[in-house]
Amino acid sequence: MIEGILAVGITTSIFILLSAILLVAEKYFTDYGICSITINEGSSVLEQKGGITLLSSLIDNKVFIPSACGGKGSCGFCKVIVQSGGGSILPTETSFMTRGEIRSGVRLACQVKVKQNLEISIPEGLLSVKEFSATVASSIELTHDIKELTFDLIEPVDIEQKPGQYIQICAPAPDGVVFRAYSISSPSYEKNKVQIVVRLIPGGIASTYIHGLKVGDSVMFTGPYGEFILSEDESTDIVCVGGGAGMAPINNIIHSLYAKWPNRKCYLFFGCRTLNDVFYLEQFKELAKIHPNLKIVYGLSDPIGDDEEWDGDSGFIHLSVDKHLEFGKKSQAFLCGPPPMIEAVTDILSEKGLKAEDIFYDKF
Amino acid sequence: MSSTPLLVILVGSIFTNNIIFASFLGMCSFMAVSDKIDTAIGLGSAVTFVMVATTAINYLVYHYILVPLGLEFISYIIFIAVIAAFVQFVEMFVERFSPGLYIALGIFLPLITVNCAILGVSLFMVLRNYNFLQSTVFGLGGGLGWTLAIMLMAGLREKMGYSNVPRPLKGAAVIMLVTGVLAMAFMGFSGIINL
Repeated sequence: MIEGILAVGITTSIFILLSAILLVAEKYFTDYGICSITINEGSSVLEQKGGITLLSSLIDNKVFIPSACGGKGSCGFCKVIVQSGGGSILPTETSFMTRGEIRSGVRLACQVKVKQNLEISIPEGLLSVKEFSATVASSIELTHDIKELTFDLIEPVDIEQKPGQYIQICAPAPDGVVFRAYSISSPSYEKNKVQIVVRLIPGGIASTYIHGLKVGDSVMFTGPYGEFILSEDESTDIVCVGGGAGMAPINNIIHSLYAKWPNRKCYLFFGCRTLNDVFYLEQFKELAKIHPNLKIVYGLSDPIGDDEEWDGDSGFIHLSVDKHLEFGKKSQAFLCGPPPMIEAVTDILSEKGLKAEDIFYDKF
Repeated sequence: MSSTPLLVILVGSIFTNNIIFASFLGMCSFMAVSDKIDTAIGLGSAVTFVMVATTAINYLVYHYILVPLGLEFISYIIFIAVIAAFVQFVEMFVERFSPGLYIALGIFLPLITVNCAILGVSLFMVLRNYNFLQSTVFGLGGGLGWTLAIMLMAGLREKMGYSNVPRPLKGAAVIMLVTGVLAMAFMGFSGIINL
């Protein structure tokens, strides 16, 4: 009995002693003093305590680099060019880089530790990324697993976004917080709110959190990110292809497009599995009454039930694209959906004469 | 207490009782990190350093804390904790002062924690009743022996890159075979000294 207590006591005290030694060592070894981070040849200089990663230093200083995995080195989003002071590239980074990127000094900000003065360059657009606090204005169930959420912005009160851009929502996680990217669904002329469309993924940290939000709850996100630029040339047709929950950027593109060019030609292809997965169809039909050049095609991939009525297409959505799209028209395409759909649609679009640089996509 | 002279322990632990070729301990990192001599030397020195230091610390912990309290039976868990903490310490140290080595060893540095050779040396030290100095020298010898083994293997593997290994034997299989042959070669030392 006494021996047992003694054994537990001694084990515990030795463990505590070892942890204490490690904590002291960590404090001493990771003390690199104050380092300066020069961004884009001096357009801004940050003073940062060394020893943490470049990504966290930038976020601490309100420079929001996109990152979906929260600094674990598994998403490859947080690419920055490190001109000096970053050391050599780590084996954990090379799998996300092309050879050209390695040569030009691209690094993953989450893997670079700030140990000395750094010179980095990041796309100018990222410097305008802000942190927003907002409240939930509405949360509407579109289908059994897809919800549309609208956020009223509180601070800052307005957002400058372009169709196709996305925000990163901060969701509480077991170990701190995670950031997850969602495309902005609200059209770009609506400056005071942000709308997203989220499918509930079983076990997903962020989607579970977002689906559980109630009207009035406060949320935090950063944005806008993304470099899709809608063609300003009115004679260029716009082709939007979405599948599953991949509606948000397309909704944004279509509404922003018709606010500016009421007669522009635009195709919307949207693939669902069953009739229960269809959403926004009625509101697009209303929009098409005002703007007759908007062509709407919804396709159902599962067979239609006996008691269901459906006047849209059947089969996978790339077949509908093949059927309805003319060959050789000057077009710009934006695809959003699961990877197999993106691949199938990309093939069809290039057969229709679209150039690779005119096809943009958002795979998830 | 054992009365084996220090030099005998040193030579014995490097050659006749080599921790890899005689006891077959520490095989996982031996097989994983033995493809380049440079990395092998790096990991070998890290193992040697950790082995000397942990054997010394474990000796003190065992003889001055566990034995007086009659708690020899928790020595396994305490030894492992000491080793794990020490490896963490070395990792932080290497990251700070030798970034090159840190990059070369990458994910393998934490492998030292679960390197059974290191726990093995601490346990042999208890079994063989070494005193403090003998234990430290035994740790040094064990580490040097491990480094020698992994360097030999890395050298052979660098050369083996040019040879035509039959397909079923490629990778781990041929390394096992070569380890066996090397172990037999090391058996040649066994007449000299025995620990």
